[in-house]
Amino acid sequence: MYQFLVFVRKEFYHIFRDRKSLLIIFALPIAQMLIFGFALTNEIKNTEIAIMDGANDEASHNLIEELNASRYFEIVATPNTIDEIDKAFKADEIKLAIIIPPQFKENLLHNNSASIQLLADATDPNTATTLEVYAGSVIRDYQNNANGAFKLPYTITNEIRMLYNPQLKGAYLFVPGVMGMILLLISAMMTSISIVREKELNTMEILLASPLKPMVLILSKAVPYMVISLINVSTILIISVTLLDLPINGSIFLVLGVCFLFITTALSLGLMISNITDSQQTAMFISLMGLMLPTLILSGFMFPIENMPVPMQVLSNIVPTKWFFIIIKDVMIKGLGFNSVWKEILILFGMTVFFLTISWRKFKIRLE
Amino acid sequence: MKMLLVILRKEFQQIRRNPAILRIIFMMPAVQLLVLPLAADYEVKNVNLCIVDQDHSSYSQLLLTKLAASEYFIIKDVADSYDEALGSIEKDEADIILTIPPHFEKDLIKENGSELSLAVNAVNGAKGNIGASYAVNIINEYNQEIREQLITMPKVNPVPVINVTYSNWYNPGMSYTLFMVPGILVILLTMVGSFLSALNIVHEKEVGTIEQINVSPIKKYQFILGKLIPFWIIGFIVLTIGLGIARFVYGIIPEGNIGLIYLFAAVYLLALLGIGLLISTIAESQQQAMFISFFFMMIFILMGGLYTSIDSMPYWAQVITWFNPVKYFIEVMRMIVMKDSSFSDISHSLLIIGIMAIVFNTWAVLKYRKRV
Repeated sequence: MYQFLVFVRKEFYHIFRDRKSLLIIFALPIAQMLIFGFALTNEIKNTEIAIMDGANDEASHNLIEELNASRYFEIVATPNTIDEIDKAFKADEIKLAIIIPPQFKENLLHNNSASIQLLADATDPNTATTLEVYAGSVIRDYQNNANGAFKLPYTITNEIRMLYNPQLKGAYLFVPGVMGMILLLISAMMTSISIVREKELNTMEILLASPLKPMVLILSKAVPYMVISLINVSTILIISVTLLDLPINGSIFLVLGVCFLFITTALSLGLMISNITDSQQTAMFISLMGLMLPTLILSGFMFPIENMPVPMQVLSNIVPTKWFFIIIKDVMIKGLGFNSVWKEILILFGMTVFFLTISWRKFKIRLE
Repeated sequence: MKMLLVILRKEFQQIRRNPAILRIIFMMPAVQLLVLPLAADYEVKNVNLCIVDQDHSSYSQLLLTKLAASEYFIIKDVADSYDEALGSIEKDEADIILTIPPHFEKDLIKENGSELSLAVNAVNGAKGNIGASYAVNIINEYNQEIREQLITMPKVNPVPVINVTYSNWYNPGMSYTLFMVPGILVILLTMVGSFLSALNIVHEKEVGTIEQINVSPIKKYQFILGKLIPFWIIGFIVLTIGLGIARFVYGIIPEGNIGLIYLFAAVYLLALLGIGLLISTIAESQQQAMFISFFFMMIFILMGGLYTSIDSMPYWAQVITWFNPVKYFIEVMRMIVMKDSSFSDISHSLLIIGIMAIVFNTWAVLKYRKRV
């Protein structure tokens, strides 16, 4: 035990001597949480659109006014031909074009029917659909208002309640996701070079000559990083709750416990990478390039997992952030308890054990 | 010139001597490009419904049939009470609870109107909102049908109706791979380019070989060029592999001129390598270089317009994206691949990236000189 503590102290010295790295490690997550927490959202607002008004009458003017007043759209162009619309799309100036036909008002008055054409830049299919849905609803509202007091018979009304997130804030989804991503990457990156560095600088022999068991040696390397990661978790949680207005509807102890478990998983993942690589560069490449995009895409906060093809759904299970994201979302936002998330907790725990076992195995081989 | 060639040979030898990293440089982007675009689809579909039908009438049955028949909804669960249904939302098994109240049919006919209630899981606000809109659209259609059954509609609509037609340009099949593959390729290229160059020079610092170079008669610009050119070439290879995968695996053939992509990439890689160089002159160790790269890479990726729309960001965040090279390349890539945009359409972005290339490289060289 004493020897273990001495080793831990040595590792602490190593890390704390490098002030610049420490500053970077503590400042990065704070800056990232703030930038992403405020900037990322998948709601649509102020999207630049074009309107081709072929009618130029009272009704079309009213409709345009309505569209401009909605927070979704900003009219930046009034083209006269389809060619001009095509040009604006190609130069990436607009995302949607609305075409109002000639005699719009007359048709509405005399035939009681008029048509409007929406052209969307479907390069981004998601934005295109969303814009079409929103433009459609603004037009429907306009029509309902224009019809005034006339109420159709046999009407079904819909009462819609948005659970958990009545204001539809993007932060409720993105903050837990970004939190998981930052914690995983920073923690894994820190430990990923810890052992391979010793190999590269040839200090490994000295370590191996020590009387400590390999497992203890590995753990002593992880302890200081654990402390650093815990500080990071605390700042991230404080920022989420105070500045980004994320609720903690469930138990705060459960949240903290899960964060602690997740850091352990991430640190073990880093240790494993460190044990299976031969150079710092390879280790960094794997831990940064190899983890960043798969974590981002497969953890479920950017793209719904149920939309993925089945093999991808299966693959997403090996991404630790996926499980962390589910737990945090359930506990913090939905306010659920341990009973609802124990399965996910068990999976994270299993992953940790797996990573540590591999690290230990690989490490032992080098001893012989 | 001869000196430069000598340095280049040395750099290439150094890269060749480490086949593990070389394999990773080419394999990792290729594998990720093969796998990840398949998962990147956030179209709102397969909305799971949990139904609480307290009416059990022919009308409520008809509504359920209509919902189930639509391409968006799956009736996942039928619950007896709202509280029970809430459980399936908590377990993420359902996205929307539709409650059909008792006397739904009777009220509609006798009282001339009735009310349905929708409870939406809005943790993902945008998805909840769109899912609810789909449901409301279907309910409205259904409502219209019922009216037509109950009353003989006059030939001309009693009230003015605006018909909205939709057409989706450039991607009529609404394909997500067409949208994602070029974007993910840009990100992978960005990571390889900036990360490699950032690590490389700082590695020389860490193992002390940079002192040898500093005392040799090599000029600084020769040294920098010697570092840049190999990575520039590696970048081109990664891009070519990526475009090949896009072409042969995903069947994506650029509508526009592929030469424009290479032209843009040439300047873009210079800018990235400049960023990498700058990071490596600031960082003292490979670890620091890695963390700084990570920081910028996250911002470049998450604020590059691939995942969330830049238009919707607050103004200060949009200002940040002006300095994000990834944003410009993703835009240009999509413009060329999908919209057949011309040189004049991309010239503005090309100019900005060109300026970035000059600024970052100059900055890096100046910074590097000061340290020696």
